[in-house]
Amino acid sequence: MEVLLEASNLAKAYGARRAVDGVSFQLRAGQTLGLIGPNGAGKSTTVGMLCGLLAPDAGSVRVRGQQVGPGASEAKRRIGLVPQDLALYEDLPAFENLMLFGALYGVPRALRRERAARVLEQVNLADRARDRPSTFSGGMKRRLNIGAALMHAPELLVLDEPTVGVDPQSRNAIFDILERLKGDGCALVYTSHYMEEVERLADQIVVIDGGKVLADDTPAGLQRRLPSQAALRVELAGAPEPVMLEGLRAMAGVTGVRMEGLQLEIGLAHADDALPVIGWLERAGCQALGFATARTRLEDIFLHLTGRSLRD
Amino acid sequence: MTAFLALVRKDLILFLHDRRALLISLALPIIIASFFGFLFGGGAKGGSAIEIALVLQDTSKASADIAAGLTRDPSLAVARMTVDEARAAVGSGKRKAAIVIPAGFGAAAGDALFGGAAKPEIGLLYDPSQPAVLSMVKGMLTQQVMQVVSSEMFGGAGGREVSERSLRALEARPQDADTVALRGLLQSVIKYQALPQKEGEAGAKKTGLTTPFTTREEGVNGNSDAGPAGYNAFAHSFAGMGVQFILFMGIEMGTSLLHARRSGVWHRLLAAPVSLSTVLLARAASSALIAFVILCVIFAFAVLVFHVQIASLPGFLGLALCFALVTASFGVLIAAFGKTPEAARGLALFATLMMVMLGGAWLPSFLFPAWLQQAALAVPTKWAIDGFDAITWRGMDAVAVLPAMGAQLGFALLFAALAVWRFRKMEG
Repeated sequence: MEVLLEASNLAKAYGARRAVDGVSFQLRAGQTLGLIGPNGAGKSTTVGMLCGLLAPDAGSVRVRGQQVGPGASEAKRRIGLVPQDLALYEDLPAFENLMLFGALYGVPRALRRERAARVLEQVNLADRARDRPSTFSGGMKRRLNIGAALMHAPELLVLDEPTVGVDPQSRNAIFDILERLKGDGCALVYTSHYMEEVERLADQIVVIDGGKVLADDTPAGLQRRLPSQAALRVELAGAPEPVMLEGLRAMAGVTGVRMEGLQLEIGLAHADDALPVIGWLERAGCQALGFATARTRLEDIFLHLTGRSLRD
Repeated sequence: MTAFLALVRKDLILFLHDRRALLISLALPIIIASFFGFLFGGGAKGGSAIEIALVLQDTSKASADIAAGLTRDPSLAVARMTVDEARAAVGSGKRKAAIVIPAGFGAAAGDALFGGAAKPEIGLLYDPSQPAVLSMVKGMLTQQVMQVVSSEMFGGAGGREVSERSLRALEARPQDADTVALRGLLQSVIKYQALPQKEGEAGAKKTGLTTPFTTREEGVNGNSDAGPAGYNAFAHSFAGMGVQFILFMGIEMGTSLLHARRSGVWHRLLAAPVSLSTVLLARAASSALIAFVILCVIFAFAVLVFHVQIASLPGFLGLALCFALVTASFGVLIAAFGKTPEAARGLALFATLMMVMLGGAWLPSFLFPAWLQQAALAVPTKWAIDGFDAITWRGMDAVAVLPAMGAQLGFALLFAALAVWRFRKMEG
């Protein structure tokens, strides 16, 4: 697939603070890139440069080979931005909001009307076209916020934490919309500090912290970087003997052992390693009240890469 | 152009949507301008009468005639009181001055007129906060006293008695040249007093001393051939208050832009393939359009209700458009240099009130010291208000207000250039 977006060695400083420092990645047409990192990692600054809101101090952003920058850059026509804050005129009817943002991208009037009607259908707000966003719920506003970025049918949609402050039901509705867009071939850049959101959509994940890229891989590739692919959690009736824990650590397929109270968490190289470990525990006389297995969360990649949690 | 027009249209829809704000934008300047218009004499044909108290302690005919003359004067509203009541009324501000005519004034005034006797005193009590009233009351009192006392001396019974008494007193003095001349004058007066009255003048009194002139007042404006007929206080008050409230609207526009800059909308606007200048220009254009229409509606009200006349419609429209552009660029300037909406609002309000005051919206600028009048040329409001005055009650034509239009356009360009420079610096 052809490269749609190319960020090369982006750098941006605010005074002495380097917010983004040598960030590079590529995104292919129709693919979804998840940009993750904790608060202050440099995600929003990167998004600002991707969309031409900020001029990079160094490096460049190209969409289909055209350079993106502040001002009336033509490359901006290929990009739709869904900012983190609601970017709507609250007292302008939903339909008029869409018409306005379509006009900003030079969509002809007749096509704009048609597009506005279609976008309202896409974001499930067709019945509220004449209503003002000030009368909408938070979730509805978020959906319209996405709709406003679709009016010029962009090839690339950049979403900066689009689910902040949204209830689970609305979050699902937003994901349904994004999955449909992805299905229609629209490339997405999705920033979040919730790995589960990114996991659901992304073909490629870029982990960023301190303004630098820590990892750029597919979800499976990132998963493979983790020493444990699965975990076995055992609820014990009593504290185990230290020698038993030593034995566990020495077993093939066991990548780590951790005790929390009477909860024993055993890291496994593969999920298939769970059964031999359970057999070994029984043979070792372990008094277990229950077993549970879990796939290792991709969120742990951040812990693995930086030694701290994504939401610290 | 599509983006520019869409942004302007959006602002107009948002402005018209807020019906309450729209009504306030129109109603407030009209109400306050009407109030100021009435205050500065717009509702009355002449000035209002000065309220004074009159204490008449003398029972002579001359004093009674003076009291009657003062009461007839349309410039005065006279109430008769005792001296204590008068003092209390002036002290409390209910009356602006009081005239106290003492007992024996009539006779003493006559003696003083011809005989060099001691002059009787008329008491004048006045409110120290209104010193100008004292001079006016003094002038009107002098006119009445001179007319009544001299008339009495030349034609009244008391006058002959005073003249003869004064003649006897002069005969008792050493007969120097002055005394001899004065005796001759008094003898002539007594002869005049003794003349029989003409037919048809029964009951008529011989005329006393009067002011030897009358005045003919004529208000002059810039174009007496075609212009409006005279001064209309509403014309100035609507110009002043219109300018003030339109600038307030500019402040609102500026702070709303500051709010927008903090919101996602600003990012979305700048993420679109439009330049920052287009976004700012569209905001300025919509604000200028709104300001222009509001100014026109405000003046239309003044024309219809208070009969303010506009000497040149093209001149007025040109001035209104230029001031609307000043307002719009002022708003963008606030947004460019304001740190926060709250701080910017306070500072802009102060700047606006200073500009409005220096422009002469509250007080006529001729009351300012000369240096301040010169300094006022550095504010656009001065040019705007002078321009509106010129095109309304001064009756000037469009050509005469071209300098006012040019100055305002200059201010608008300056504000806009500064704002765009600042925005580019910030967004870059």
